[in-house]
Amino acid sequence: MPEPQVTQRVNDFVIKLANVNGTGSASANSLLMKSIFRMGVPVVGKNFFPSNIQGLPTWYEIRLSREGHIARSGRVDIMVAMNAETYRQDLAEVSPGGVLIYDSTWPRSHELQREDVTIFGIPLARMCNEQFNGVRARILMKNIAYAGALAALLDIDLEIIKELLSETFAGKPKLAAANMEAIHLGYDYAQEHFDCPLPMRVERMDKTRGHIMIDGNTASALGCLYAGATIGAWYPITPSTSLMDAFRSLCEEHRTDEETGRNRYCVIQAEDELAAIGMVLGASWMGARAFTPTSGPGISLMSEFIGYGYYAEIPAVIFDVQRVGPSTGMPTRTQQCDIVSAAYCSHGDTRHPILFPADPAECFELSVAAFDLAERLQTPVFVLSDLDIGMNDWMCPAFQWDDDYRWDRGKVLGREELEQVDHFWRYFDQDGDGIPYRTLPGVDPKGAYFTRGSGHNAQGKYTEDSDEYREVMDRLTRKFETAAELVPGPVIIEKNRGDMAILSVGSCDGAVREALEILSREGISLDYLRVRAFPFSSRVQEFLDRHDRIFVIEQNRDAQLRTLLISETRTNPEKLLSVLHYDGLPIGSDCIVQAIREALAEGAAA
Amino acid sequence: MSFMRKPKIAHPGLKKNALGLTRRDYEGVMSTLCAGCGHDSITAAIIQCCFELSVEPHRVAKVSGIGCSSKTPAYFLGQSHGFNSVHGRMPAVATGANAANGELDFIGVSGDGDSLSIGLGQFCHAMRRNLNMLYIIENNGVYGLTKGQFSASADVGTKAKKGEVNEQPPIDPVLTALAMGSTFVARSFSGDKAQLVPLIKAGLKHKGFALIDVLSPCVTFNDHEDSTKSYAYTRQHYHPALETDFIQPAGEIMADYDAGAALEIDLHDGSRVVLRKTAPDYDPQNRGLAFAYIKDKLREGEFLTGLLYVDEDGRDMHQLSNTVNQPLSSLGWEAVCPGSQALPGILDRYR
Repeated sequence: MPEPQVTQRVNDFVIKLANVNGTGSASANSLLMKSIFRMGVPVVGKNFFPSNIQGLPTWYEIRLSREGHIARSGRVDIMVAMNAETYRQDLAEVSPGGVLIYDSTWPRSHELQREDVTIFGIPLARMCNEQFNGVRARILMKNIAYAGALAALLDIDLEIIKELLSETFAGKPKLAAANMEAIHLGYDYAQEHFDCPLPMRVERMDKTRGHIMIDGNTASALGCLYAGATIGAWYPITPSTSLMDAFRSLCEEHRTDEETGRNRYCVIQAEDELAAIGMVLGASWMGARAFTPTSGPGISLMSEFIGYGYYAEIPAVIFDVQRVGPSTGMPTRTQQCDIVSAAYCSHGDTRHPILFPADPAECFELSVAAFDLAERLQTPVFVLSDLDIGMNDWMCPAFQWDDDYRWDRGKVLGREELEQVDHFWRYFDQDGDGIPYRTLPGVDPKGAYFTRGSGHNAQGKYTEDSDEYREVMDRLTRKFETAAELVPGPVIIEKNRGDMAILSVGSCDGAVREALEILSREGISLDYLRVRAFPFSSRVQEFLDRHDRIFVIEQNRDAQLRTLLISETRTNPEKLLSVLHYDGLPIGSDCIVQAIREALAEGAAA
Repeated sequence: MSFMRKPKIAHPGLKKNALGLTRRDYEGVMSTLCAGCGHDSITAAIIQCCFELSVEPHRVAKVSGIGCSSKTPAYFLGQSHGFNSVHGRMPAVATGANAANGELDFIGVSGDGDSLSIGLGQFCHAMRRNLNMLYIIENNGVYGLTKGQFSASADVGTKAKKGEVNEQPPIDPVLTALAMGSTFVARSFSGDKAQLVPLIKAGLKHKGFALIDVLSPCVTFNDHEDSTKSYAYTRQHYHPALETDFIQPAGEIMADYDAGAALEIDLHDGSRVVLRKTAPDYDPQNRGLAFAYIKDKLREGEFLTGLLYVDEDGRDMHQLSNTVNQPLSSLGWEAVCPGSQALPGILDRYR
């Protein structure tokens, strides 16, 4: 039988690491990814983990792309198979010409055989057992050792690994040294037994300068810090939890009063999501910038109060880091499945502005925008990201901050303004834009009013009068029309000005952009629009009008973005063709390319 | 309910308080509750307290949930901001609002349905946080707006107007508050203004969560012979354990008391609560003993009333959260935005 050949792929391949969760593989995987990043090679990491603490299969996928592609490509070139439970499926996933590495401490499983895949056995557990003491250390170091073996096989710079370890274990030189020992165990074994480096390897580039590797939840938290949010109320839920963790630690550093040691922020862990959103509304009503991070089930629980915020016109910023539904669904997997429920959240006629970041850079930018919009429009605003954006590390240009920017607190009447008016009517449309003026408690008795979710008139008084009720509801419609002009516009790539286009949203962006390139090479040219907000601006309508066939690409089963386009724009639904991905893993470019190829072939045949 | 508009005429001879305001300045819109409703007496007591304490109306935030009781904040302090929230969720709104600006006085009004059924969780957690607010439960044992269903505070054996008998044990707000760590726990009766007024004053001045459970008979659905929350039954079984007097910092004595038998408790703003025991073996500063005594009396069918427990040393939510003195809602841009110069340091961790 001929030896399988390893494909030549420099800075353009995918490493997948199959582990058992709870064994500390995350630090080895992020060490690998960061080393490649510091070698100047564009890289992206995706974590596919179970809703569990210990013992279930977990995978981490690292894609190197010299072109800077950030989506999944659908291929796996190097599989590090550390979990015997999943050997069969892990081997099957490797692309022809790829490599599988396994722990040869135990006899090679008969499952590990494939003619077109090179298989390397490294006795990781045996070497670590000999080198280190203690069960925990041995398990942890086994992961670091495979990172060492990959360093040899892929030609990753050992100096960079050393530098990263010393940063991670700053102040704990013994741990840094032990980790470096483990790196050498794997590195030396690979050098000795295999032909290093492989044709598939890393070469220094200069394409990560000025970039950072950051997850979307941290970026959103940073946005909250910079937007001046002072109150965060929340109930822990995957995958949004790390947003509040990051906000708290950023605040500890940047919002602690130097003289008194006291906090210029307040994070409240609520008893449930119903309370969390109530706290946000209470704080915003009082004039603070407040937010809550949550995910789908939390949105369901919050919906009553969100309708209250809409009708009583109270600002709020709600981060929905979407996960797989319905119900509990798959809490650690990604989807874009709350688009419709966010847009119309709560009973009665309600509609809410939504911002859709596509990556951590936009999480930062749009979370600042969300607070301005919420206060300008006096209404709850959603920032709809997802688990893929929120919890995975993405390569982004380093964030910038403009010191000339000031927050927009919206139409708030202070004591001096109140002195100049005869009376204060809370829900009166003074300016014709549908946005009334509000007052804050504690400022002036003239501004007092009774905030209520029951029927009210333009003055803010209780009403059951049909005309008075409708007057307020119709003004809310006008306010939503104003919102369409204020929200961030779409991103449009229209090189071709053809009659076919892709319309997509959020974390699909990377996969769509790569698919556009692939299809363009095949002679299929498509324009592209990515919506960044709901309500849709006039530019979205114009784009829809300009194209005859529009592929609407989104990550849910029921084509929720398409549904929203049909109900909120004037577009013939037959023009909108769905490409849907909803298996819980981030959408890859391959899936889009294939769907469009097929659709066009069918169209040609018809 | 009344259909009359409240005339805004103030007699020049009306008594004025230290701010130059009359009692009328502390009123709200006309009540739409049933004539004779206990809740209206509580509203009147709140108005009297705020007037007598010379509270600045706009420095009060009124919060409530849903139900007859939760409508009442519209009927007092018309110059204060109010937040009539959703059913059972007033504590969350109060928590957020207070986190944003703890300088205001918070008056929450809730009912037995609002606090003991749909909002039981939030009620408990507000006490656990020791949220600095006055929390009044207007307790009538019945759902009024939906016409007469039992609430969770209905006693075993009590009969609904239509004859149904309640078999489930009640949740007692006072015992719940003691168990949850409330730092001020009181019970009173809407028909006893002499007791209620000093309790409300003390509750307003208490730094921390102050619960006052006010038995407030529902004249329409729960004031009949077989009800244990009727005016007649409450008057008969109502047992003041402690007579409560409230003394303002200025030294104005609100009621006479026998100094020898009195227990004086200093509140944070310098005012004082004076408790005179009528039950000799009652200790309002021992949570465990208070709990046992109240429970024993309930078993005998008696509602102990007065300021049943008080602890002035508990740390409130702001102290527990270590927030700055200045309200977070009034922090300026420079105090909250770290600016461009801080950003590179933050981002260095992600390279």
